[in-house]
Amino acid sequence: MFASVLSAVIMGMEVYPIQVEADVSSGLPSFTMVGFPSAQVKEAQDRVRTALRNNEISLPPKRITVNFAPADIKKEGAGFDMPVAAAVLAATGILNPELLKGALLAGELSLNGEVHAISGILPIVIKAREEKCRFCMVPLGNLEEACLVPDMKIIGVSNLKEMIRYLREPESYREREEEKKSAPRKEIPDFSDIRGQKSLKRAVEIAVSGFHNLLMIGPPGAGKTMTARRIPGIMPELSYEESLELTKIYSVAGLLSPSDPLIRERPFRSPHHTSTAVALAGGGRNPRPGEITLAHRGVLFLDEMPEFSRRSLEILRQPLEDKTVRISRVSGTYEFPADFILCAAMNPCPCGYYPDMNRCRCTAGQISSYQNKISQSLLDRLDLCAEAEPVDFSQMSAGREGESSLEIRKRVEQVHQIQAWRYQKEKIQFNGELTGRQLEKYCIMEPEAKYFLQKAFEHMSFSARGYHRILRVARTIADMEAAETIRREHIGEALSCRSFEKKYWS
Amino acid sequence: MERKREEEIRCVEKNSPEYPEKLRCFDDMPERLYVKGKLPDSERPSAAIVGARMCSPYGRIQAFHYAKMLSEAGVQIISGLAWGIDSEGHKGALEGGTPTFAVLGGGADICYPRQNRALYQRIIREQGGVCSEYPPGTQVRKYFFPARNRIISALSDLVLVVEAREKSGSLITAQWALEQGKSVFALPGPVNESLSQGCHRLIYDGAGIAFSPEILLRELGLKCKNKIKSTQKNEIGLASDLNLVYSCLDLRPKSRDFLSQETGLPTEKTASALTELEVMGLVREIGRHYYVKSQN
Repeated sequence: MFASVLSAVIMGMEVYPIQVEADVSSGLPSFTMVGFPSAQVKEAQDRVRTALRNNEISLPPKRITVNFAPADIKKEGAGFDMPVAAAVLAATGILNPELLKGALLAGELSLNGEVHAISGILPIVIKAREEKCRFCMVPLGNLEEACLVPDMKIIGVSNLKEMIRYLREPESYREREEEKKSAPRKEIPDFSDIRGQKSLKRAVEIAVSGFHNLLMIGPPGAGKTMTARRIPGIMPELSYEESLELTKIYSVAGLLSPSDPLIRERPFRSPHHTSTAVALAGGGRNPRPGEITLAHRGVLFLDEMPEFSRRSLEILRQPLEDKTVRISRVSGTYEFPADFILCAAMNPCPCGYYPDMNRCRCTAGQISSYQNKISQSLLDRLDLCAEAEPVDFSQMSAGREGESSLEIRKRVEQVHQIQAWRYQKEKIQFNGELTGRQLEKYCIMEPEAKYFLQKAFEHMSFSARGYHRILRVARTIADMEAAETIRREHIGEALSCRSFEKKYWS
Repeated sequence: MERKREEEIRCVEKNSPEYPEKLRCFDDMPERLYVKGKLPDSERPSAAIVGARMCSPYGRIQAFHYAKMLSEAGVQIISGLAWGIDSEGHKGALEGGTPTFAVLGGGADICYPRQNRALYQRIIREQGGVCSEYPPGTQVRKYFFPARNRIISALSDLVLVVEAREKSGSLITAQWALEQGKSVFALPGPVNESLSQGCHRLIYDGAGIAFSPEILLRELGLKCKNKIKSTQKNEIGLASDLNLVYSCLDLRPKSRDFLSQETGLPTEKTASALTELEVMGLVREIGRHYYVKSQN
């Protein structure tokens, strides 16, 4: 007898529906799986057979064939245990094959029949809705996550017996009471904790307002990391669509908490400087999202940037331009979103104290080799450069000062609104994304400002790319004052935060 | 290409008339010098300007200023083409118009540090020269430098140490100069600055104190043509904000936050004012957001 049920496989961020077919026929007893299953999926046969036996269901001594269609996609992951079990049960006549029509199943079985949570449930359920399934049956541990998708009937099961019961009568499944417990917001550190560092704070606000990438330079212990951790707190809150998008990414990466799966806060990712290029960009034979994708819509913080390997840093260049990362493997090309603020921190020299010549003991050669670890083309993509200066005791001991994250966020939200209104006809959202022709169109300067910029251009000899950077930042500074055109002082401030050029150290 | 480079370098034997008179009177001078460009004119006064590689903006600016003043009075500046004070000395000398000369610690064809290539070429182009006791192609060795220093001091009538830490190669040059009977001067600096410790030690030990280029000129028996202005007062006529920021600056690097606190202007105003001053050429940014005046 033949039976089939729907399941799905995730490749990169894409979900492909997979038909799991089972057939039981007479012949020598055997259990074969065809249709390009990976080793993980092949193991399903032993788990399914043992789990069934431990639940007092014995399979008849017949020839069982399981097929995964379409056969040209490699089937990865442990989520096929449950659909295989269901299809085999239907094919042996224990379940009515009609029951499986329009159902999507995904979940991992343990040998005693329990159903374990798997990663990637959210995108699978979204796919099920697109495929117009009647209901989805998911592990109980993934229930909260699956329920984030509106207008879809979700059945959460904890073991094989429940699976069989609810497949027989899906109507008997009682929806959980909608106890929308307001999840406690994660404690994000507040900006008011930072003493002094006015120009650093200002630069951070500009960066967030216009979605510019930021480089922080300063001696050890000045508060670079501390400031970076507070950046997500001044970014506007995520919209529901953005939340769902992020949750999807984290679901695929298997990083969701089972009790409160929805990602409500902007991510802050701080990979260690030993991270490989693949860990940052994402990869593997069946590519999984890397750090830059996990930082989507949030902040990617690279502490001690010159300590990262050159190879790891260079892979950031393309995602910074395109806002996505494309990974090509034999099995296909995968695209992951990667729209983040890059925030990098570094010391001015290997010992960290330059230009304090009483403490800095680095030689010119050491300093130049330290800087050369970062390529100019990457530096060119960091619109803003801020300096964290050493904090003295009087600033440390002064009482709480400065604005809270909330106040800054309110201002940032206003600037974002200005930009949203201005770029409604464009594909971009923020000043940080302005390029070539758009710069000419939207960065209108007063004649005086233009003259000043020209003079600065001659005096400071920066590149054409540097010129664009300054215009972008000046546009944001003007927006922060709600100014229509860019004035002289906006250019002046933008120039003072321009990304560092190596000549300063020589 | 390799051949041509060697052709440019001449070998001057000790018995050649071109061999500098000033070296001839010492026993420990090399038998031959490898020269690219010219050798210093023994008839004209010459002064060495030496100091730390990793120098402060103060030292950098003073080295340039002293070299320029001396060069304008016709003094040949001799130094070692190293980072920091040496380079600034050469640059100031080129600005002053009298040829300047570099003594290298490797072959005369090897520009060390590489980044000074442009300066190396400019020295030769402007009637100066580069020389070394090592044959062309000799790579730089650490222990060549102290030996090189004896030639620098021997070629000059006077040695000025601009900035030196307590244990510095520049003090070796000063030591050589004393042994060779040359006058040694040191530039004073703040007492708490480790980069000035070596200079202060020299002054304590009896070196001249170089508080103005005129002193050096007098020592060399020269008159200074144009009266050297002491610190120019701010007569540039700046707008009030700019003036406020400018008056807070000096030759010690100050950060933007410090200046903003000092002037009472908001950060963004200070930033903008500093950029304007920088574009006007009055201020230099010497590290990220650290500023100094660009002249005294």
